[in-house]
Amino acid sequence: MKKSNFPESQFELQIPDPLRTDEMTLSMGPQHPSTHGVLQVILKTDGEIVNSARPQIGYLHRCFEKHAENITWHQVIPFTDRLDYIASMNNNLGYAIGVERMMNLEVNERAEYLRVIVAELNRIASHLIALGTYGLDIGAFTPFLYVFRDREKILDLFEEICGARLLYNYVWVGGVAYDAPEGWREKVLEFVDYFEPKIKEYNDILTYNKIFIERTANVGVIPADVGISYGVSGPSLRGSGVNFDLRKDDPYSVYDRFEFDVITGKGEMGTIGDTWDRYWVRVAEMYESAKIIRQAAEQLPEGDAKETIPRNIKVPAGEYYMRTETPRGELGYYIISDGGKMPNRVKVRSPAFCNLSVLPAIAPGVMIADLVAIIGSLDIVLGEVDR
Amino acid sequence: MKQYFKNIYEAIATILVGMGVTWRHLFTRAVTVQYPHVKRELPERSRMQLFVDMDDCIGCMQCQRACPVDCIDIKTIRAGKEEDLGEAGNGTKKKLHVVQFYIDMAKCCYCADCVFPCPTGAIRMTPEYEFITYDRSSLLINFSQYSDEERAALEERERKEKEAQAAAKAARLKAAEEAKKTAAAQKDESKSE
Amino acid sequence: MEPLVQFFYILLPFLRDWPEWLALTVIGIVAALLMFGFVAIFALFAIWLERKVSAHMQDRIGPMEVGGWHGWAQTIADTIKLLVKEDIVPENADRILFKLAPAIVFTAALAGFAVLPWTQDFIPADLNVGLLYILSVSSFAVIGILMGGWASNNKWSLYGAMRSASQMVSYEIPVALALLAVVMNAGTLSMRHLVMAQSGNILDWNVFNFFPLTAVAFIIYFVASLAEVNRTPFDLPEGESELVGGFHTEYSGMRFAFFFLGEYANMYVVSAIATTVFLGGWLPPFEFLSFIPGPIWFVGKAMTMVFIQMWLRWTLPRLRVDQLMYTCWKVLTPFSFAIILLIGLWKVI
Repeated sequence: MKKSNFPESQFELQIPDPLRTDEMTLSMGPQHPSTHGVLQVILKTDGEIVNSARPQIGYLHRCFEKHAENITWHQVIPFTDRLDYIASMNNNLGYAIGVERMMNLEVNERAEYLRVIVAELNRIASHLIALGTYGLDIGAFTPFLYVFRDREKILDLFEEICGARLLYNYVWVGGVAYDAPEGWREKVLEFVDYFEPKIKEYNDILTYNKIFIERTANVGVIPADVGISYGVSGPSLRGSGVNFDLRKDDPYSVYDRFEFDVITGKGEMGTIGDTWDRYWVRVAEMYESAKIIRQAAEQLPEGDAKETIPRNIKVPAGEYYMRTETPRGELGYYIISDGGKMPNRVKVRSPAFCNLSVLPAIAPGVMIADLVAIIGSLDIVLGEVDR
Repeated sequence: MKQYFKNIYEAIATILVGMGVTWRHLFTRAVTVQYPHVKRELPERSRMQLFVDMDDCIGCMQCQRACPVDCIDIKTIRAGKEEDLGEAGNGTKKKLHVVQFYIDMAKCCYCADCVFPCPTGAIRMTPEYEFITYDRSSLLINFSQYSDEERAALEERERKEKEAQAAAKAARLKAAEEAKKTAAAQKDESKSE
Repeated sequence: MEPLVQFFYILLPFLRDWPEWLALTVIGIVAALLMFGFVAIFALFAIWLERKVSAHMQDRIGPMEVGGWHGWAQTIADTIKLLVKEDIVPENADRILFKLAPAIVFTAALAGFAVLPWTQDFIPADLNVGLLYILSVSSFAVIGILMGGWASNNKWSLYGAMRSASQMVSYEIPVALALLAVVMNAGTLSMRHLVMAQSGNILDWNVFNFFPLTAVAFIIYFVASLAEVNRTPFDLPEGESELVGGFHTEYSGMRFAFFFLGEYANMYVVSAIATTVFLGGWLPPFEFLSFIPGPIWFVGKAMTMVFIQMWLRWTLPRLRVDQLMYTCWKVLTPFSFAIILLIGLWKVI
């Protein structure tokens, strides 16, 4: 083979590799069945192998933060519902607690317990959706409808206590919007009893299915240090074996009164931090949430849940960063008040956004089908990514 | 080699377990409801369509101020001194003609923030959820009981009252000014003298 | 063609008086139309069944409105909807290939029906290489899929087409080898003789022959045939959550309906082969049940297989491309080779 143009030349002729293939740019989304909303991922692929993945966000931007500067303290709450529309109760909770701490407001006991119950119920509902849609991403359709069947029962409970099924506006600054109706507590306990055995069914049909394990184990491994440096939080970080749960590490509301375990990934089916671990953390967390709900519902004190709701919210000038553990991870509200009727600034540190940001780091080298599995296992909600 | 056979065994076993689950569900009762034929009873707190009982509304605009998406648009006209508009359900005296009470259900975000501040409980959310229409403008509901003519008459009256007030005010001002002028003139006169 | 012609002569004696070429043409056209009608009706029924099966497995009840009884007319309504939809060809598509592709896929599926033995006397074409014919004919569906994926000028379609090409070509091998295990014993490739070799009661069926060797061959054939017709867990070419719609992403309306029809026809064809080769074709499981006519047994057994395909589809997740190839080359193919070897040894000893 001729190597150079001239015998003595130091310039070598580039001979194209006959086996070299071109990269293909693939636009996955915003209209794609498994991007969980309107996410666009620009893929550079070599056949089935992904060389790079670049998430493009902003298709669902609704200016929450700017809106919050122009509405009263209380009116922000319905807007927080719409950040992570699958776990609205948890979003309400973070904002409400943040404002309460700025006001130095003591909240009624009963309201605190109700808050914990609804937040944990909502965590179960959110994890159920994560499970179901993950099954859908992998190609199993049936578990999706099983989890929706059970989620529906949670939504019925929510509808009974606050009248809404998705966007609750329930957790208010200083308390909750409605006290629990007659018999609601018993229904919650009934649901927990019904729900716990159902998790075994999901395990039978999906979690321990060999095909599912093959598809998810050893795929999309997020090492703990990479996860931490990208700011991944919630089940996605715990799947990498990091014991970090704000309910334990930085307790808010009355979480310090309940007994529950923080689930971390153990790498049972493959490497620590693979998609199966993240998935499994969610499954196991539903047990823990059920445990918390049972304790809270049994200890639920008597009283008036609306007792401590202030007539006018007067927030002294200052700033506060409130972080709570939502089903997706650490949701932070950075609130600045100038003492006026409206917040001066509400900045949201959204867990889904940070979790998504790790995608380009772990995507190279996986297959397209794996990329779908990875996006699914990060459990993003585009409403929160774009805000 | 052992792993190879173990994998095959596991695959077959777990597939059979999964098939068992679906087989059992083939014979369980469906949990869905055939919607138009069967309708679920919604709890009384259900937040669906907004409803305003105008007999109770006193036109205080609390709901309009509470609404985070500005879907409520109220216009009121002050009642005359001799007019009696009656009382709201809880005994509050009505002092305003509510000539316009628009709620745009297309804008409404169903947060029920308007329900809580209402002093008379006039505005509330009902479990009525079947209000789809072919036309977006028909989601703009006017709850006011005043007909267009009545409204026009009231507006006309208010305009006249305002004009009269403005005229009176202008007259007062003019009078005051003239008084000033005359006083100044008198002063000047007295000075010159 | 002989048994079919005989069958028609018995059914319609006046055909004997016609010149032979005319009679043959008429018989051919009638038989083809019958097959097409059967495929269309079967597909309508199978889609309805699939909806119902999936719905009940998922605690739902599925279509209930159209037609009255359990929404039996739902698929008819859907078909009419698909047929009257606008025929969209993407702007930069290769128009000829794009339009040809569904026809090829459907033709491949329909051609398979030519050698299915419905009963002893009714076989559209009793070829002495029937099994070989059906294997070769069904494998050219891949050309149609590849054509459709390529011509759509869509990257997702292309992915679907490439996957489908590799998948269907690979899985031809375990399918053929698993069938070979039986053919070795029966010593014939004619569908009719394959069934007739199994006459007797249920234990004479090929599944229970050389127990458990042919049973394993049957399972291998079944799994590989799932891949052959792109059903879950091997539905990678369509892989909705990965490839949007796979090779038929750009298809809509009537052309999509033809892909769909082809898929369901294929489902029936592979089930029918399984029935013929392993499950005794039109034969009843026990002698005393022979008053029930053969076609009912044949269709009944095939429908059971179709049901199992649906059952699997609504239970399992989807494999990944490399795992798909692993399953084919490292599991199914070696096992089918081993079975052929063992059956050979068994016969010798």
